Amino acid sequence: MAIFLDENSKVIVQGMTGSEGMKHTQRMLASGTQIVGGVNPRKAGTSVDFDGGVSVPVYGTVAEAIEATGANASVIFVPPAFAKSAVVEAIDAQIPLAVVITEGIAVKDSAEFYNYSLGKTTRIVGPNCPGLISPGKSNAGIIPANIAGAGRIGLVSKSGTLTYQMMFELREFGFSTAVGIGGDPIIGTTHIDCLEAFEKDPDTDAIVMIGEIGGDAEERAAAYIKDHVTKPVVGYVAGFTAPEGKTMGHAGAIVSGSAGTAAAKQEALEAAGVKVGKTPSATADLMREIMKELQK
Amino acid sequence: MDLFEYQARDMFEAHGVPVLAGAVATTSEQARAAAEEIGPKSGGVTVVKAQVKTGGRGKAGGVKVAKSAEEAEQFAGQILGMDIKGHTVGTVMIAQGAQIAEEYYFSILLDRANRTYLAMCSKEGGMEIEQLAVERPEALARIEVDPNTGIDEAKAQEIVSAAGFDDETGAKIVPVLQSLWTVYRDEDATLVEVNPLVKTQAGDIVALDGKVTLDENAGFRHPDHEALEDKAAADPLEAAAKEKNLNYVKLDGSVGIIGNGAGLVMSTLDVVAYAGEEFPGQPKPANFLDIGGGASAEVMANGLHIILGDEQVKSVFVNVFGGITSCDAVANGIVGALNNLGDEATKPLVVRLDGNNVEEGRRILAEANHPLVTIEETMDGAARKAAELASAATN
Repeated sequence: MAIFLDENSKVIVQGMTGSEGMKHTQRMLASGTQIVGGVNPRKAGTSVDFDGGVSVPVYGTVAEAIEATGANASVIFVPPAFAKSAVVEAIDAQIPLAVVITEGIAVKDSAEFYNYSLGKTTRIVGPNCPGLISPGKSNAGIIPANIAGAGRIGLVSKSGTLTYQMMFELREFGFSTAVGIGGDPIIGTTHIDCLEAFEKDPDTDAIVMIGEIGGDAEERAAAYIKDHVTKPVVGYVAGFTAPEGKTMGHAGAIVSGSAGTAAAKQEALEAAGVKVGKTPSATADLMREIMKELQK
Repeated sequence: MDLFEYQARDMFEAHGVPVLAGAVATTSEQARAAAEEIGPKSGGVTVVKAQVKTGGRGKAGGVKVAKSAEEAEQFAGQILGMDIKGHTVGTVMIAQGAQIAEEYYFSILLDRANRTYLAMCSKEGGMEIEQLAVERPEALARIEVDPNTGIDEAKAQEIVSAAGFDDETGAKIVPVLQSLWTVYRDEDATLVEVNPLVKTQAGDIVALDGKVTLDENAGFRHPDHEALEDKAAADPLEAAAKEKNLNYVKLDGSVGIIGNGAGLVMSTLDVVAYAGEEFPGQPKPANFLDIGGGASAEVMANGLHIILGDEQVKSVFVNVFGGITSCDAVANGIVGALNNLGDEATKPLVVRLDGNNVEEGRRILAEANHPLVTIEETMDGAARKAAELASAATN
């Protein structure tokens, strides 16, 4: 098992025929993902050839792609201006998982498509995220598949490169699933959603949770861990030195007045019994100790 | 992007929100001319208001009621150039005077925690809303707003009822809230705040002071928003970085930072700050700079150029995790950038590469053997080295 994505996932790519879509579809295929189709209304009926002799058919709509292939996940590379309608289309087609890689989507668009998804069947991951990988099973997004293999650690992170860094540090153990949830102010899948799924996943023994300044998602996750998570959780928070009122790269990474600071997040996590590392490598060391203890 | 009050006022007016007449002035002579034009609408009385993007300007003496155009000129002379919490006043707004009967509060903002919008409304406006929220939370109505349906007449009615307005006043406020919603929605705002929203003695509802924050990611829908940017106030290095499409924030330290990915760069700043504590002068990070996944020679050169243009910088830490990009490409980028920069590159560079094809990346750097470059294997070790070099150059 894994969370949200496994060897049975049949993945379509919205925006496959663009340059980013092509590049990453190639990489997803190379890491063993079942890519069953692309979506582009202007290129419906054609197909795209990838290295390794794979030909991927292009459909006009998400609904047609699902009808023809039984797809149950979509990875979205559509540019910001068109991303909302792509996500809404995926929701309307009732795809179970929509992974929105696109960076720079207006927050109004995200607010609208997220609220539109409520009460419907689609789980949205992202936007502005690297997607998720269940190593050895499937890879939906842009996380490099060669950093770490399959294992029993679950990882959830707001940041893409810190996901890669942490996977690299803990590659000796491997991962059940690593989810990059994205650093935008409004995201579809939260730390809590992933913690809940990892807690239930029989193939996950311990969880690494990476947060950063802005909002109160980490504080909420801390409260959730205290009440609902029995598996060991190790945390890391980036942005202790970030100045107030400045957006640090990610649209959601901003300390507003005294709200959203890294110190407050660390404090909340520690109060919930989560060990928080001072640096990424110190965090990896904390997880290493836990895994060694579990493997005894 | 936060707007000045006068920009918010103009935006309100364009969307049918009732506002008072107002004009901006950057000299006291202009202030006098504006007061001569606007004053007659309110018995010769105008209000001279400092335009600064911070609260508490009233207490600082940045808002004054002028009884004549001469007085407006005199007050503008006092307020222009004034320092309010570190913001120098470069512009004043000359606003029509108002006969205020009551002051209210209204805002609509992005509610990150609930992933929706939140409208807040109170009959007790004028004071700092943070203070009201703490001292008298029952006086502040908080109503969730669905992004897809917004504030229609029924939602506006729900808000005014929750705030406890009487029927007559409520009925006058409802259309104003609907207009403020159109500002929020149509301009891609993440905050629209009116404090105070006033009832005049004549019984009219007017937005007397406004605060608007716009979503820069929505710029593609609003080519007109670029003109609202306060380019004069921007840090020159930040402005130069923006022109090159670099994600850069100037900080007050001596270790220049370049990395790929916002999270990794934030983490790098922290690790450098911790490492700096061990050395004389306690060097700190000089900037945030995320060059993104690509890390090509050109982007690397642009980034180094900005960082080396910061006189405070004594050493540079390049921290790249090769995920999508492999480390050999990054190493070639660094070598290429140093060649492009030539004599401009004068500060020591500590480079940490990890991830995809790292051996080849380190080999390329070692072979180039650039006198300014030190290769470190770990992020913590590299942070310590960069802090040590910055400390040695300063102390």
